[in-house]
Amino acid sequence: MKKLRLLRAAVSAAACLLVAAGTVSAAEKVVLEGSTTVLPIAQKTAEVFMDKNSDIDISVRGGGSGVGIASLLDGSCDIADSSRAMKDTEYEKAAAKKKDPKPCVVAMDGIAIVVNNSNNIAALTKKQVKDIYTGAISDWSAVGGPAGKIVVVSRDSSSGTYEAFGELVLKGAKVRPDALMQASNQAIASIVAKTPSGIGYVGLGYITDSVKALEIDGVMPDKGTVLSGKYPVSRPLFMYTNGSPKGAVKKYIDFVTGPEGQRIVDEEGFVALK
Amino acid sequence: MARIKEKAYEWVFTALAFSSLIFLVGIVIVLFKEGFPIFKAVKAGDFLFGRFWYPTYEPPEFGIFPLILASFWVTLGALLVCVPLGVGSALYLNEMASFRQRSVLKPMVEILASIPSVVYGFFGMMIVAPVLQDLLHIPTGLCAFSASLVLGIMATPTVCSIAEDALSYVPKSFREASFAVGANRWQTLTKVVIPAAGSGISTAIILGMSRAVGETMTVLMVAGGSAVIPKSIFDPVRPMTSAIAAEMGEAPMGSMHYHSLFAIALILFLITFAFNIAAEIISRRFRIKLGHSG
Repeated sequence: MKKLRLLRAAVSAAACLLVAAGTVSAAEKVVLEGSTTVLPIAQKTAEVFMDKNSDIDISVRGGGSGVGIASLLDGSCDIADSSRAMKDTEYEKAAAKKKDPKPCVVAMDGIAIVVNNSNNIAALTKKQVKDIYTGAISDWSAVGGPAGKIVVVSRDSSSGTYEAFGELVLKGAKVRPDALMQASNQAIASIVAKTPSGIGYVGLGYITDSVKALEIDGVMPDKGTVLSGKYPVSRPLFMYTNGSPKGAVKKYIDFVTGPEGQRIVDEEGFVALK
Repeated sequence: MARIKEKAYEWVFTALAFSSLIFLVGIVIVLFKEGFPIFKAVKAGDFLFGRFWYPTYEPPEFGIFPLILASFWVTLGALLVCVPLGVGSALYLNEMASFRQRSVLKPMVEILASIPSVVYGFFGMMIVAPVLQDLLHIPTGLCAFSASLVLGIMATPTVCSIAEDALSYVPKSFREASFAVGANRWQTLTKVVIPAAGSGISTAIILGMSRAVGETMTVLMVAGGSAVIPKSIFDPVRPMTSAIAAEMGEAPMGSMHYHSLFAIALILFLITFAFNIAAEIISRRFRIKLGHSG
């Protein structure tokens, strides 16, 4: 008897919850979709933004830059996150669908190539870095250093930094399978700091005195060279909207590019615009 | 009133006892449900014996053979460390240590067991790996060897305390009988005590093995993480547990990568399950044997 009553209570409680969930007030909805690189920025800014604007409901999906742009042109999302500029073919499609995608740069993404402080190499070309990571070069003597096997350190293949590095430097080629795959920027920095023959790549925020950042194609990585786009392992991150942003979309984009949004950009390991 | 109360307690404790069964069944169901879809995309043979693990490329490659080998090598290496250390210290504690030594050593071993694995990992990454790297002149200290060493030290208390229990279950009469027929201490130990506790010691070793194969944090930090078939014990490796831990966070839910990580977890679960069943069977045999003669 007792058990029955308990069960009934549980069922009615569950029913109440269901009803409550169904009747959440109809807030203005903004849908973001696209690049997994931009995802942490989008998610964090959306969370903070919604705390302040309870009348706007933002949902964020990944999927990749191409997917996001396709959805924007289909009208199934309001903002497309993208880690690259739209291609000409995509602009043609947009014109055919009478859409007018407008880019907005929300952050810069820069990756520093780091080596051990004892390494006498101070600069490499992008091509050399690519060869080291794909396995075409495996000894420091091939790039002007002392003879010794290069210990290649990389991020795990599912990380956003890995993805960006793969696009900007490797151009889709595979990292040699015997590279040390590490779960965080911090782990890469500390391994390179302790391994005389190591090489790794980290977000700009992780350059410290314990590792040496390399000049790539003659440019040192820092906020200035990343912002100006001179540093070759850097790229802008976009949010595309259909036409100039207005209403809730404009409010959100203004938030992301404003001081608070840019502080989040910085916290997430990207380069803020100001 | 008192009877109702008693009944209520009974229910509560029955529910608590069965809850672990529910968790186990739940976990198994989820592992199968989430792990199986990968076999629609990749043949089971290619998954288990494929040599390349590139889950995020286009087209992806889901070969977990390097990961399985890595787990295997690291566990084997850990055994080479923890069996002599664990069984040796159990023998000393049980057979030779004075009461005072025992009262200091035993708690020490137990404290070793209570150190969190992330601390072992940190110790391995910051101290063991750099020292080995300098000492052995290897390109990187983050390799199967360092991971085995640290895991072996971690598994030692497990092996030691179970083996010590097994030794203490050997009835005093066994030893007395052995001494009575003129055997010395060494002969008694090797011919009587160790064989009598043999299955208990085997259980200890198997449980140590299942501790080593399932350990995640330490290998994630110390093993290096290269998904490559190891050619030497000084190569960096990527055991199954560290692949799951490192990649699950960023594998899109419902993708093949996601399912493949569940499939790895399933295989890992089956391996430790087999170890535990083996340990259980051996320890049952052990109880019966002593029951008959003791």
